[in-house]
Amino acid sequence: MKSLSEIETVSKRSTKAAGFSWGIAEEVGKNTRMLETFGLSGIKNLNYYFQIRNNKKFEKLNLVSNENKKTKLEFCPIIAGLSFLDQVRSLESFKEISFENIGYPILFLPFISRASEVIGKKLELKIDNRIFLLNYNNSIYSNSLNNGIVSIGNTVKITFQENKDSFDENEWNDLYKLSENTFVEETDSLKQAGAGAGLTDND
Amino acid sequence: MKVELRDPNIIMKLSRLGSFHQSKLSFLRSFLKEFKDWEYKKDLFNLDEFGYGEAIYSFKKNNRVYSLICFANKLNENERSDRVIATKWDAAFTLHDGVPTKKDIERLKNEVPKQEIGRLSYKELTLSRANKSVRVFNHVVESLSKGIQPDINLLSKVGYLYRTTAVYGSGKFGLADRFRIKNRKEIYGPFRLEMMLVYLVRQFTFDQVNHVAKNKNPQKAVNLDPEICKNLGIGNSTGLGMAPFIVNHPTLLNNWVYAREMALKNIREIKNIKAAHYDLFKSCLKKSIKNITSWNTESEYQQKKIKSLLKDLNIFIGFLEKEFDFSKKYAFNEIYLWLEKNSEVECIEYVVSMMMEPYDDIIAPLINKMSSEEEKYFNIPTDRTVSQLRIILEDRYSKILNIDFSKKENNQNFWFISKNKEEPRLADRFEENGSDLEQPLAIARDIKKLYETLSLYKNSSTIDKFLAKNSDLRHVVRRAFIIEKFPYSEIQDNTIGKSIMPIDMLRLKLSFFGALKFDPRSDKWLRICMFQGAPLPEQLKNYDDHWVYNSLN
Repeated sequence: MKSLSEIETVSKRSTKAAGFSWGIAEEVGKNTRMLETFGLSGIKNLNYYFQIRNNKKFEKLNLVSNENKKTKLEFCPIIAGLSFLDQVRSLESFKEISFENIGYPILFLPFISRASEVIGKKLELKIDNRIFLLNYNNSIYSNSLNNGIVSIGNTVKITFQENKDSFDENEWNDLYKLSENTFVEETDSLKQAGAGAGLTDND
Repeated sequence: MKVELRDPNIIMKLSRLGSFHQSKLSFLRSFLKEFKDWEYKKDLFNLDEFGYGEAIYSFKKNNRVYSLICFANKLNENERSDRVIATKWDAAFTLHDGVPTKKDIERLKNEVPKQEIGRLSYKELTLSRANKSVRVFNHVVESLSKGIQPDINLLSKVGYLYRTTAVYGSGKFGLADRFRIKNRKEIYGPFRLEMMLVYLVRQFTFDQVNHVAKNKNPQKAVNLDPEICKNLGIGNSTGLGMAPFIVNHPTLLNNWVYAREMALKNIREIKNIKAAHYDLFKSCLKKSIKNITSWNTESEYQQKKIKSLLKDLNIFIGFLEKEFDFSKKYAFNEIYLWLEKNSEVECIEYVVSMMMEPYDDIIAPLINKMSSEEEKYFNIPTDRTVSQLRIILEDRYSKILNIDFSKKENNQNFWFISKNKEEPRLADRFEENGSDLEQPLAIARDIKKLYETLSLYKNSSTIDKFLAKNSDLRHVVRRAFIIEKFPYSEIQDNTIGKSIMPIDMLRLKLSFFGALKFDPRSDKWLRICMFQGAPLPEQLKNYDDHWVYNSLN
């Protein structure tokens, strides 16, 4: 079994060898390590992407907008992902960002996961019928964990999830009420002395 | 009184970093401290009459066990080499997490002796190999088998029976990744398991030499005197492989140097020095002279440094004895200021290390802060502005921005990874091929380029926009935002200049390991000694914390 350290080093070096800068190679090294940690096929997709790149050109998306349509070529997942990560703070105002045709979109995913941590919001990434919920770069929930190569994402959408509760107020109140059973009813003497401070706390 | 931390622009110069010495912060000393109350055992010692076979040593506490598995093999004279191109060694070692099963041992027997081309598993933590100092080893066997102790002078000149030529950890060749073990309290300090491996290897060398002597002459042979053992360490040959580490781990480098600087600052701020502390400082200082006078090297570069160190130290000790009054307030601050005026950097850094000796209360908390969660600082804050980045560069890299990289001598070398050994190397850009595959270790040059490129952008422009057009500078943009938070994270020198001394980079790292007697064999590799004078495993429960200065050698 390869260690994550080996995975990161080889991914970084191969990214540089594939023509990217060292700074980008460092990002891809970390990303591949992350994919493999979460059980997603980082090495497989990176390997095939670099092989295909020898014969096929990909478009570099340097500036992300809410709708990103290809001109001719599929988008490079590394440059598109990096641009999203770098620009995520200014993209937050859009609720949804869409991309048309991203090559090897599994390689795009870790950038979005990291972006979720940067802005402190969950992000939903939809690659055609595959859905990934990216939770602050701590975990990934998905309906698609098959370990394979995904050579293209025809329609890729990122939705910013609002920071809101996943339950309603009644559910919260029920649970809160139950939690109150761990509290002690205060007698007068406990009110006087229990807190340690005097009764007047604005002196 | 408040003392400022020393200026990173001065401290992080290579010539200064290359003058650092071991101290109480050093990893081998903090390792011994952490493991002193662990149960040490020799679990297996299955060597033939010539000393070939397997041995296992362990440290155990509660449910945790670390086991060193040793494989000693026959090696022909012409196969023994310390160079990285070697493929066979006298002995090979791995530190196993837990108690190895028979199956583990069989698996490791096939893999560990192969080193870089073998495969380890997540159950192994570190990997190493070592070669005998044949001259010393044979002499010791010969003497012990005749019932006499070996010639101390010969042992003292070399200082060890074996020297390691590499110690690997952190996921290399399939070894366990750091994330698997990083929350274990006993290994909070950096390189603690590498230190454990080297320490247990040292014990193996003593047991092996005794075993071979005994087999040679069962009637007459005696064991090597424990006092002699104690004064032998483990040698190490180190080449350039170590140098890029300190460039590639900026927050870790910061935390090491910051701990040293904080220690010095806190000591300089002590108002009244207790007599016991002063006495201990002076006693360590005086005893340590022996470590310098027994520091053998053929390197003119090092000999010059040793000579200057010895001269400065004698003057300093004279000053302490005749002129200095330790009852004056902030005495260590006075001493430091005197050293700055009167001594070379080698001596200044030597005494700085020595000042730490009496102060466990200052040093112990710093040791726990010498690791780093590097991932936390990896993301670039791309919402910051060009103007903010420029200010960081002007503030943190002021000396580097003055280097003229259009001059050939400032751009002379390049760092690369050799294809056959996957190890870092340094070569002349104008003489050798391969500079197009240069590693990103020319930080000074790239920072300067970043600074120049920034001038083409508006102050208010954000970093995301800058990076969209300048991805070739991404690695140094990241570093600049790291140094903003971690002032000692960067070497403030040109690592590709004609006059670079790569061994300064090695010495910086090795001083934090706790190595003694740096012996440069060229400007690119050196030999050192570790654990010389250290307590033996059976003596760990109750040992003198200042053993470094009590060596007989």
